[in-house]
This record gives sequence, C-alpha cells and structure tokens, in this order.
Amino acid sequence: MADIVVRAEEVIKEYRMGSNVVKALNGVNLEIVRGEYISLMGPSGSGKSTLFNMIGALDHPTGGSIYIDRQNMSQLSMSQIAWFRCHRVGYIFQNYNLLYVMTALENVTLPMIFAGLSVSERNDKGAELLKMVGLGDRTHHRPDELSGGQCQRVAIARALANDPTIILADEPTANLDMTTGREIINLIKELNVRQKVTVISATHDAKMLDVSDRVVNIRDGMIERIRNRDEIEIEIGKVGGH
Amino acid sequence: MVQHDQGQIEQQIELPFVESVRISFQSLMIRFWRSIITTAGITLGIAFLVSVWTNSEIGEAMKSSGRTDQIASFEDEESTGGISIKDRWLILMSLIVCVVGIANSMLMAVTERFREIGTMKCLGALDRFVVRLFLLESGFQGLAGAIVGALIGCIGSILLNLKDFGLDVFFYFPFFPAVGDDGAVRYGVLLIILGGCVLGMILAVIGAAFPAWRAAKLPPAEAMRTEV
Repeated sequence: MADIVVRAEEVIKEYRMGSNVVKALNGVNLEIVRGEYISLMGPSGSGKSTLFNMIGALDHPTGGSIYIDRQNMSQLSMSQIAWFRCHRVGYIFQNYNLLYVMTALENVTLPMIFAGLSVSERNDKGAELLKMVGLGDRTHHRPDELSGGQCQRVAIARALANDPTIILADEPTANLDMTTGREIINLIKELNVRQKVTVISATHDAKMLDVSDRVVNIRDGMIERIRNRDEIEIEIGKVGGH
Repeated sequence: MVQHDQGQIEQQIELPFVESVRISFQSLMIRFWRSIITTAGITLGIAFLVSVWTNSEIGEAMKSSGRTDQIASFEDEESTGGISIKDRWLILMSLIVCVVGIANSMLMAVTERFREIGTMKCLGALDRFVVRLFLLESGFQGLAGAIVGALIGCIGSILLNLKDFGLDVFFYFPFFPAVGDDGAVRYGVLLIILGGCVLGMILAVIGAAFPAWRAAKLPPAEAMRTEV
C-alpha cells in the first residue's frame, strides 16, 4: 500500500464576504504519496492557494478533514500546530519572505531557533544548507544584497532547516526570469529526489510540469483532473512536436 | 539528512528569553532612525515629568536650607507636596500623549511587518513569542527614551535653579531620599530619575500591548499573500 503523507477528505472552505458566502473549496479529495513531487495548477481564484494553505496548516477548513501522517490537523492545539509548521513543513514563497533585517545565515537558522537547537549546531547546519544551495560564500549577506534567485535559494535552505517531511512551494518561480526559474525548479527537484522530501507546489509555470510526478488541476474549488507523469510527458511531446 | 519519523506531533517549545531579546534588539538597531523618532515621544514626556519633579525637590531643599528669600514663588502657588495641581495635570496629559504615540507607532510597525510576523509563524513561532518580541522592542525603546529624557529633565531643572539659587543648588542638592523638617518624605533626584526610567518603560509596554496582541493573532496565511 502506498505511503500516504497528505490526505484531504471532502475539504470545504467558505469565506464570508459581507452577507455573501464564497466557497473557495467545494469538496476536495486528494491523496499525496510520500516522496512525490506534485503540482497544483489552476487560474487565480480557483482555490489552489486555499488548498495549499490548508495542507500547510496555515488555515482551517470549514468542512472535511486534512490528515498529515494520519494525524487529523483540526484536532491539534495551537502549540502542536506551531511544532508541526516548525518541524514537518518547509515553506517556500513567491516573494521569498526572508526577514530583511537578518543575514542569509540568520534567516536559515531562524526555524532552528524555534526548534531549540544550540548556537553552534544551528550555525554549522545553516552554513551547510547554504553551501548545498550554492550560497556558501553569501552567508553574511542580507537579502537586499542578494539577487532574486539567490534570495529564493536562501528560502529553500530555510525550508530545509528542520528536515521537513513536506516542502510547500507557492509559485516559487513567479518572480524569477526563465533561467533562474529553471535553476530553482531543478534545485527543488534535486532535493525531492535526493532527500525523499515530498514537494507540493502551487504554480502557473509550465516548466514545473516537466519535473512533477503528478499535476492536479483545480477549478472553481474542485479538482478538475489529475494527470500522472506519463500523461504529462505525452502532452509535452505533443506541444514540442508542433 | 535525517527524515522525521511518522511520530506523534509534539508541543512547540518556548523560546529562551535571551533569543527574544537578541532578535528584538537586532530589529530595533536595523531601524535605528525610526526607533529614535518613536523614542523621542517618551523622551519628551519623561523629561517634562522629571524636570517638574526635580524642580520641586530642589525648591524644598532650598526651603529647608533657609534660602526662603528667593522662593517666594513656591509659596504663592497652590502647591501640594511640592508639585502644583496644574503641573500634575500637565504631566498626566504628557504621559497619556506618550502612550498614544507609542501605540500609534507600534500599530504602524505591526502593519508594516505583517509579512514578517506571518513568516515567523510559518516557521514555528508561537503567538506568545510574537507578543513578547513586540513588547520587548517597545520596552527597549521606552527605557532608552526615558533614560535620555530623565537626564535632560534633571539637567534642565538644575540649570534653571542655578539661575535662582546659584551654586547653592549643588551644596543642598537633594540627591538621596530624605525626610524633610516637616516630616514629609522627599524622594531625592536619584529615585526620581530611576522612577522616570521605569515609568517610561512601563508606558511604552502599555502602548505596545494592543498592537502586539493584534500582531500575534494575525493568520499566517497573510504572509503567503503577495500584496500586503
């Protein structure tokens, strides 16, 4: 039996806008296997980001349940949710969300502070992670002294700080040029393969399709279709053939 | 690298206090000039409080030293324990303005740092940690502002009294607490300065309480949004 890391069961999310109720998610069922690279695709307002936030324990569903490692997320206390975000998930954002008052190393070690690592442990590990993403010589630079691609690399190193099970990447290439975007995708894919970390990515970027094991299309708060790797390859082949 | 087992989800640990102090201090130093402006409000309020209070202490000291000739003005005023009711009101008002000023600038700091707060929560920060960070930042600002304010107030008051009493001010300077001839307790300038510093810090923390609470309650999904 496949090792399921994330399971969404009939997830519903409603937002109240004045007297109107907007359904951002309308009964989503999804299972994500450990070690998988999965892309959530869909136009703006499709509910893709909402689902993404639910999986990352950044928001609660109105109905249905999200299970991560067989644990129902809605049953966790605030403190357990903080622990979960700290240890189990690594977040990568479109706009990097680095703390601009801190250096690259301090940004990477921040989640380790929350995890209770000692100064020497976290400095060693932080330097090692920065080296791994190719920024070994930039540890003491602040985000305003780094390029967009370098900032995203710092964010990737930070996402790996506490050896998470899942990496959530929200449009990680949206603010980057083609080449840099490609490099970032390759880096994330490499981590996915080498460290067996599950990658869940929300994206508009067609470059992401190449590396995804599965692509989930979301429309109007529901899953429109799920394509496997072989189906994606055929489609890319078609496009390339023209 | 080691993967986590599919074990139980644990309780998040409390951050050591010294880490919170370090992060909040760093945050302040990076925004040094902005911090100075926020701090100036507290400085002015505490300078006013300390100068009026020190003035009254010096006046009392001069009175008990027998230098009654120059202090007719003290007797004329409707004084209560050295500080007139009018001055008390002014002090109270200036301190309220201080708290409102601090609350205002902390609310701005919170709004400006929505994304930073959300990011910290995504990385595993507890709400308590966010509250503590903002209270510490404000407390530092309050303390720094109050120390400067207390010194300015004290020196200003001494200079003013030098004009009236000359160097006698230093001979009879009420530095330490004492009991006056009439049996009334006099705090002395040292305690007034210390009191001003502590008060400045407390006021700054009070001013930051609501903004800090608001910051901590912010849903971390906010951090994911591009537009803040």
